[in-house]
Amino acid sequence: MKKHTRRGLSALLLESDGAISVLVVLLGFLSGTLLILFVGRNPVGMYKAIVQVLTGYNIDRGRWYVRYVGEWLTQSMPFILCGLSMGFAARVGLFNIGGEGQYIVGLTTAQFFALLGPRIPYLHWFAALLLASLCGGLWGGIVGWLKARFEVSEVVATIMMNYIALYASRICIMRIPGTNTYKTLDYPVTALLQNSVLQKMTGGSMLNLGIIFVGISVVLYWFIIEKTRLGFSLRATGFNKDAARCSGIPVVKSIIISMFIAGAFAGLAGGIVALGSFKFGRVLAGNDGYGFTGIAVALVGNNTAIGTLLAGLLFGMLSSAQPLMESNSIPKEITFIIQGLVVVFIAIRVGFRMIVGYISKRRADREIIIHE
Amino acid sequence: MDSNVIEMSGITKRFPGVIANDNISFSVKENEVHALLGENGAGKSTLMSILFGSYDPDSGSIRIRGQEVNIKDPNTATALGIGMVHQHFKLVRNYTVTENIILGIETTDKFGVLDLRTAERRVEELSRMYGLQVNPKDKIEDISVGMQQRVEILKTLYRNANILILDEPSAVLTPQEIDELMEIIRRLKSEGKTIILITHKLKEIKAVAERCTVLRRGKCIGTVSVPDVTEQQLAEMMVGRTIRFDIDKAPPKIGKVVLELDSLNVRNSRGVQSVQNLSFSVHAGEILGLAGVDGNGQTELVYAISGMAPIESGTIKLNGIDISSLSIKERIHAGLGHIPEDRHTHGLILDFSIAENMVLKNYDATPYSSASGVLDFDKMRGHAAELIEQYDIRTGEGPGMKVKNMSGGNQQKVIIAREIALSPDVLIIAQPTRGLDVGAIEYIRKRIVEERDKGKAILLISFELDEIMNLCDRIAIISRGSIAGIFNAGEINEHQIGYMMAGSVQDSRSEDVLT
Repeated sequence: MKKHTRRGLSALLLESDGAISVLVVLLGFLSGTLLILFVGRNPVGMYKAIVQVLTGYNIDRGRWYVRYVGEWLTQSMPFILCGLSMGFAARVGLFNIGGEGQYIVGLTTAQFFALLGPRIPYLHWFAALLLASLCGGLWGGIVGWLKARFEVSEVVATIMMNYIALYASRICIMRIPGTNTYKTLDYPVTALLQNSVLQKMTGGSMLNLGIIFVGISVVLYWFIIEKTRLGFSLRATGFNKDAARCSGIPVVKSIIISMFIAGAFAGLAGGIVALGSFKFGRVLAGNDGYGFTGIAVALVGNNTAIGTLLAGLLFGMLSSAQPLMESNSIPKEITFIIQGLVVVFIAIRVGFRMIVGYISKRRADREIIIHE
Repeated sequence: MDSNVIEMSGITKRFPGVIANDNISFSVKENEVHALLGENGAGKSTLMSILFGSYDPDSGSIRIRGQEVNIKDPNTATALGIGMVHQHFKLVRNYTVTENIILGIETTDKFGVLDLRTAERRVEELSRMYGLQVNPKDKIEDISVGMQQRVEILKTLYRNANILILDEPSAVLTPQEIDELMEIIRRLKSEGKTIILITHKLKEIKAVAERCTVLRRGKCIGTVSVPDVTEQQLAEMMVGRTIRFDIDKAPPKIGKVVLELDSLNVRNSRGVQSVQNLSFSVHAGEILGLAGVDGNGQTELVYAISGMAPIESGTIKLNGIDISSLSIKERIHAGLGHIPEDRHTHGLILDFSIAENMVLKNYDATPYSSASGVLDFDKMRGHAAELIEQYDIRTGEGPGMKVKNMSGGNQQKVIIAREIALSPDVLIIAQPTRGLDVGAIEYIRKRIVEERDKGKAILLISFELDEIMNLCDRIAIISRGSIAGIFNAGEINEHQIGYMMAGSVQDSRSEDVLT
């Protein structure tokens, strides 16, 4: 009986990418724990911090702080969206390194519209997010067009577009009247994503209306990819561009559309961070890094909607656990190491597969011999 | 002297779920050409991989010249004088012939500098001795596939092999090259080599082999003396039932012209003129076969008709309408079906399920897609289940099975089912049976004839003359991008076609006069 479940497990690991991801995350935490022991600290501190982030319960003080849950969700939003951005392109066989640039374009657009757009309640922030998403999409779409039309490698193009986005953003934002070298004037209230109900529910956290858009994005991602005509053609293009083309699927269109949608997710992330986590526009001194971390998020999430959601929550959790870990005298860098290890383990997934496959084959061989 | 140079006895090899070799005994006499015959998956390659040291047998023993040996890796096999020419060549394309041959056993002088000159001389010598006509200084990328195969043979000879295993050597060759290969095999034998020929082509066995061992589903069916059996008998041993190579065909009921190409010119992706001034037409109810050596413009022609590559000039008319500037999709809607040459690259999306592959060309239309673009996967599965039943596709898991987990024959059936289900007026079929086993070939050919009888126009492109001769009502020969001639079936024999394929139209004409 026991043997049976063991075989089931290795079969599961061979077939399911999700199972591998879970295994990889567990391995990442295991390594992190060992590392903390190695530097002579108590790993319990890390897990206490994690519990507090996930549930709001502080084990030492025995009290609930819901605010931490709110902060965790807030922190996770850009990770999830940038993961969706990377994942969507990856499903079409494209490697979108440009999440960061598309995020910056979205952020810049949102800041502009927040400061200069018409101050109509609700419509103001809503239009700002929509525009952020649209411009992020266009930024990605340009790369898709270059790829489809001139066969420019999307990897090179997106990296270059990241630089252009960052410096163009600085130049443009500094042109807004009242801006100094690092920030603009405060946004008008009509542009803020703050929501008193969400804040009350989460003990005064930064949790904002962006969360609704994240939810919609995850569902939309799943729906487009798995259920629609468009998704079918995109997936076909991603798996085998030549066969897709040969069957009459418009591959060029697929590539441009997918980069547009990918960019739109990242642009939305930029808009939500700009209007949800800040009360003023920023002149970016460097990358926020969400776009790059999004690559890792999509990897861990296997480019699926639900996987990317969970992976985004994981990365958000690690990131918001940092200050708590510091206070438990665990170096916060551990979280980056765990993130890094998870990504490395995911990258050697093929190797994992080979090992599991080899072991189960050996066992099957032996069983045949025993049976005879 | 009748001594056995190889004796493999009681060889058993299991892979998870299958017994690839089941207690097989196999022996080869000194200096004989011994054929190993069987369908795909019969266990030929496994048995030879065991002999060559690539696999460990689970049980059984191997004796080479009476000595019991343990061949634990290919190096041991090489040391025992066994050489193998694989079906897929293992050559470095931008190295010369000599560099490829000495790869792994390079001789160097005392400073560690490569001694190419000595090696080249030795390659030259061997090449002359066995009549291989290989220039040791040519780069692999500049020589033909047939020459590359000879380089592989030289590689084994250079390593002093006296037992040569040739794995499906004719699969990649033209009819003329196959004749030359047969000559080479005879030459190797006359120089004292022992040759094991893995194949499923009966003609070749009759041409060169003395004895033949037949495998079926991992079991040894028997060893026969080739002159004592007919091709038909060999085929029955291989498949285990009576099979028919010739297809019952009613005379064609030829209708109106459906596909008409007129002075078509196409350049390939490198700008080379690959189709030149090519004209022909295909009628409803007939199969037009396009015979030719690989690389004479067939691929580019198919690309041009299907819309995968632009044409330079000329017209492609389908039912009287010029489709040459339409998109691939529009051509499909106009009634063009296409079974591509390379099923993995162009025909299927291997990571998709059978159901998804079955609707690859019409997923976006009713009933599979609503007007708003939402797909109905139940309808797709239902459609696939019907075709699976109708075309006898062995899936194991039903419509949800990923195509990459299926056998080649069943994959090809998926494509054929999809294309025929769309009921196109004209069907372009390229290499429909390449790499498939006899059972699948028989089935697929029957289906093609059925479509003809339904009044479809069929253009069949094949590098296998047998297939062309068997199936087609008319035969067009393509050479260097142009049509060298079009004949009714029965008006021309294989040899004449072979000459025209090679581009020597004049020769074949003069031969006609002589005979």
